Amino acid sequence: MTTQQKDFLHSLWDFFCSLKLTMFLLISLAVISIIGTVIPQGTPPEEYLASISLAKIKLYKALGFFDMYHSWWFILLLYLLTVNLVACSFKRLPHIWKIITEPVKVLSGALEQSLSNVATIRSSDDPAVLKEKVAAFLKADFAEPEVVEADGAWHLFAQKAPWCRLSVYFVHLSVIIIFIGALIGSLFGYKGFVNILEGESVSKIESRSGKQLDLGFALRLEKFSVAHYASGAPKEFKSILTVLENGKPVPDYTNARVIVNDPLTYKGITFYQSSYGNAGNYFFTVSDLDGKNPVSLTVEGKASVNLPDGSSMHVLEATRDVSEFAKDLSGPAAQVELHTPDGKAESFVVYANHPELNLQHAKEHGKGPVLHYKGAEERMYTGLQVAKDPGVEIVWLGCLLMVVGIYIAFFMSHRRIWVRIQHGAVTVGGNASKNQGAFQQSFEGLVARLTTDLTKEKQP
Amino acid sequence: MTSSLLFNITTFAYLISMLLFFVFLAGRAKVLGTAAIAVAYGGLLAQTVAIGLRWKESYDMGVGHAPLSNLYESVVFFSWTIVLIYALLDIKYKYRVIGAFVMPFALLGMAWAQLGLNTGIEPLVPALQSNWLLYHVITCFLGYAAFAVACGISIMYLIKANHDESDHKSGEAGIMGMFPPIKVLDDLNYRAIMVGFPLLTLGIITGAAWANYAWGTYWSWDPKETWSLIVWFVYAAFLHARITKGWVGRRAAWLSIVGFAATIFCYLGVNLFLSGLHSYGGGK
Ligand code: HEM
Repeated sequence: MTTQQKDFLHSLWDFFCSLKLTMFLLISLAVISIIGTVIPQGTPPEEYLASISLAKIKLYKALGFFDMYHSWWFILLLYLLTVNLVACSFKRLPHIWKIITEPVKVLSGALEQSLSNVATIRSSDDPAVLKEKVAAFLKADFAEPEVVEADGAWHLFAQKAPWCRLSVYFVHLSVIIIFIGALIGSLFGYKGFVNILEGESVSKIESRSGKQLDLGFALRLEKFSVAHYASGAPKEFKSILTVLENGKPVPDYTNARVIVNDPLTYKGITFYQSSYGNAGNYFFTVSDLDGKNPVSLTVEGKASVNLPDGSSMHVLEATRDVSEFAKDLSGPAAQVELHTPDGKAESFVVYANHPELNLQHAKEHGKGPVLHYKGAEERMYTGLQVAKDPGVEIVWLGCLLMVVGIYIAFFMSHRRIWVRIQHGAVTVGGNASKNQGAFQQSFEGLVARLTTDLTKEKQP
Repeated sequence: MTSSLLFNITTFAYLISMLLFFVFLAGRAKVLGTAAIAVAYGGLLAQTVAIGLRWKESYDMGVGHAPLSNLYESVVFFSWTIVLIYALLDIKYKYRVIGAFVMPFALLGMAWAQLGLNTGIEPLVPALQSNWLLYHVITCFLGYAAFAVACGISIMYLIKANHDESDHKSGEAGIMGMFPPIKVLDDLNYRAIMVGFPLLTLGIITGAAWANYAWGTYWSWDPKETWSLIVWFVYAAFLHARITKGWVGRRAAWLSIVGFAATIFCYLGVNLFLSGLHSYGGGK
């Protein structure tokens, strides 16, 4: 390799190790992530697309703004962060490892200079006796010391929690573990959706990308129900489901209850309550304003039907008892949406027990037709979100490591005490990897106790 | 005694405490500082009782749930956590004047909640009926509160640093004499973020765990999630700034302020300006 190539590789390595790059990447990620919170992601709604110009849509598409968190440039930044993290850790780890495994045990003049906590205690005792006393003191008060003799002096070295210097590297490792978990999920997992009618079973679901996926078992909806608060606000959406293997119910998965925030998991595939509806028929009669020409009308589930005057309508929602919502009224009611031939849309409620209200509504809106609700044949379906993510456990493992690692990195520290006994002086030095203020206090306390310890026994 | 009366007392206490802090800053009489913090503690106590009472009142109404379910309740809780974190910092480090830059945030929260938001107790919609709500909201807001305190300290840092630079002689006179030295402010800023960052991390993780439990995806890049990650990136940058040459001091203080601005956007801006899954907090 030429020196030029070496220089190049060297500066490339330095570039990837640098904390300036880290700052750049973290701030860039923060800033560009904003784009995807302003521009709708995935398939943007029609109204949004209609509200911006065609040129903008083209530009956003080309730049990947509609799916920016999966765009090549966003992923590239995440990869760069990972490389930065790994390179930086590799560069620093050997040094940290050395501090942990090969501690400097001798308090030299140079080391003394570099410490911010140093104190000296005078004593005319025999150095060998002093050494024993200090060793016993450190063992009782701080940690068991190691004793070495060098340059005609006794050196004692004691330390606490050296391993917590590694915590930062565990935090960094945790980021990579989370990325790995996410990658596994996106490669081997899927998200999908399925609608099941009451009494029917399914064994295939539709993935988000529109593919049909075989579950390997079947799922039957026994019953779906909605409960309301007294105010009419929804309280609970509940599906009762049974898992079928080869057409037979699986004992522990028979009549399992699935509500929002309480899903069902079978063979690593999880089903979540997501939506519901009525696929049964709704019945209406349509007549002219004076009640003539009554025609009966059947609406299938959410489908749209044409009325005799050319408008079309569909059912938004229906109830068996409208008094839940309006105290003075009773009986079944349906909220419908009507599209008139001239392009107008309106939504209103049609009643079964209050024909006069239906008539009044029609009159207020001109020529008719008049709609009367006759009730529904209820056939509920449930909409379930389906997810399989084999990487999720790894993500949680990474999260756990991150939280524990951050806690140790912030709130624990590697503390070291050196003592040198020479020329009738006991020199004590101390250092902590974190939390200098607190360490200074405990260092001063330790020196004060050591001083009394060494001086009190001279008296007798 | 009802919770709403106690909340009004709290708001009033925070107002008085803030004014006392301002007078303390100008007048430098020690007794004023003690009075200011005493009133703040009184307010904190009243607010704690009030939150407990509101919790109980929701059970009396038959819709029992922790008072963390809508915008009003969350703003009140946020204000409570700010004073709590400040109290802890005061007990540990005793730099009282910081209150002059922290209590305004707490007061702003309470005043807005009491005057501008719907204070009614409502039943929980199905999406929020989970114990995860409690873990998620508590960790997030404790983190946000630590960032609010850090932001107050950073503002003090910038004021003090500018002052020290422009005018060396009278450094010890006037209001500036009351400020802790910039080295101390820098350290306190770091310490507040050292409390906030792990809490925000836990908040994001509990949110992800809840999303995974309820929707089967721990991360869907919805605007609220993304903004919490943006906040997290900014404070991660802050932590690394301290070990990067050329990024300490003023720039770190600015990062802390930008981080808090992002936090507030994550909390309120996302609901007001953007759309997404977190309908929570949007209820007016
Ligand atoms: C999202 C990514 C990252 C996270 C969550 C993270 C987290 C942390 C945390 C919590 C600390 C402890 C800070 C403190 O004690 O104040 C730290 C320190 C550090 N980080 Fe990171 N970090 C990330 C990315 C990086 C990257 C990309 C580098 C690459 C250069 C890096 C290099 C360092 C260094 C050198 C330290 C100081 C180590 C020491 O004090 O011995 N970090 N990191």
